Amino acid sequence: MNPKLEVVGIRKVFATPRRTTQALGGVTFNVEAGEFVCVLGPSGCGKTTLLNVIAGLERPTQGEVRMDGAPVLAPGRERVVIFQEAALFPWLTVRSNVEFGLRLLSLSPRERARRVEEYLQLVGMRGFERVYIHEISGGMKQRVALARALALNPQVLLMDEPFAALDAQSRDTLHAELQSIWAQTGTTILFVTHNVREALVLGTRVLLMSARPGQIKHEYPVRIPRPRHIEDYALVDAAQEVLADLREEVLRAEEEAGYDRLAR
Amino acid sequence: MTGWRARLLFFLALLLGWQALYSLHLWPPYLFPSSWSVASSLGLGFADGSFPLAILVSLRRILIGYAISLVVGVPLGLLIGRVRLLQETLGTVILGLQALPSICWLPLAILWFGLSERAILFVVVMGAVLSICLSAVDGVRNTPPLYLRAARTMGAEGWPLYWRVILPAALPALITGMKLGWSFAWRSLMAGELLYVSLGLGQLLTLGRELNDMGRVMAVMLVIVVLGLIVDRLLFAPAERLVRERWGLNLGS
Repeated sequence: MNPKLEVVGIRKVFATPRRTTQALGGVTFNVEAGEFVCVLGPSGCGKTTLLNVIAGLERPTQGEVRMDGAPVLAPGRERVVIFQEAALFPWLTVRSNVEFGLRLLSLSPRERARRVEEYLQLVGMRGFERVYIHEISGGMKQRVALARALALNPQVLLMDEPFAALDAQSRDTLHAELQSIWAQTGTTILFVTHNVREALVLGTRVLLMSARPGQIKHEYPVRIPRPRHIEDYALVDAAQEVLADLREEVLRAEEEAGYDRLAR
Repeated sequence: MTGWRARLLFFLALLLGWQALYSLHLWPPYLFPSSWSVASSLGLGFADGSFPLAILVSLRRILIGYAISLVVGVPLGLLIGRVRLLQETLGTVILGLQALPSICWLPLAILWFGLSERAILFVVVMGAVLSICLSAVDGVRNTPPLYLRAARTMGAEGWPLYWRVILPAALPALITGMKLGWSFAWRSLMAGELLYVSLGLGQLLTLGRELNDMGRVMAVMLVIVVLGLIVDRLLFAPAERLVRERWGLNLGS
């Protein structure tokens, strides 16, 4: 049986008339169905580019992404992305935002309403149906974004540092909720972050990415029992090891940025 | 409430200053009328029905002209904003034509349509349609890429993407354009009416000048200002406020 997601030798080069930047230098890994994989890397290592390629929003320069064995060529609702900014539509209410993707399917109004209700319940946003997006907090926005994505029953949920812009408390709560949502729905999740502890709280497996050009440098299975919390001893211990590796990559990334500046 | 009081005081002072200046008799009354003569012309104009008639005629023209501008400008702009080829061809022409004050179309309009209602409407439309169209183009082109990405990962492509994401995202720009278009239409109409006998407020201004009746001229100017303010306050300001609030002012993010 094929893995849920196969990422095979992805290279991505951004070329402008002035210079070419190699963002991804051959990224290869698999994600099995039901896994929660975190991709960890220093900022600017191409994590987001990688996620966009997997989502089908960007074409790789080389390599291939396969889902259930079939190549990914375009974005699609079986691989929904959750972005750092919730990307909710401000002209719609919470309810209509969650309904957005459902409206593109041929569902009966009743089924649509049922799913909206179900997923708003799941993320704890019942009672906010008629509220507009500018009226809710950042953490609530990400919950709605989560409901909007999950309502489509995606095969894979792609999350691009969705909690990076939130305050620590909201983040804590959402870490706990995302773990329980994952346990309940069994959705395969690929989660990109630059935060070591976040990766360890959430992931069944953490992939460490190198500085640009991004490659998978290391892989850490996480065996800490759930529900995990960002302050757990076992987690803080495990983080030490990963941090040492990550720091190396951060330094390399900075060094490279320095060379870049000199070269210019 | 202090804002109101301050405003009231300011306008009273303005009125007093005007009256004081008038009572110095520096200029003859047909050049610098008293505030009283303006007020009485205003009263007279409304009493004899000449002002209401002119207002109706002008409002009718601008409503028709503006409606045409919307019907033509909005769809055209939405189309140009999405179709690269149209943008590089028609878009450039429209951008260029916008540099032309719409009243410059009057000679042509008179040749084409004669001294008729249609000539004036043509000038009004040329004043409004271009800016409405260009705002629609801008609105469509400046759809935040994040919205597009989010919609596409949820399976929206083609027409649904356009109808349900690009169009609503463009709404703030559209409303700004509609407001701008209205004020251009209003200006074009007044210019057009001034330039030939045509009933309407512009003609009242010309008439006042010909009769050396500055009180009347200023009374008509006052009416024009008030009409403009009413439309702005009652129509566009609430729409703009709503959209600005809901769209959260953070269109980029």
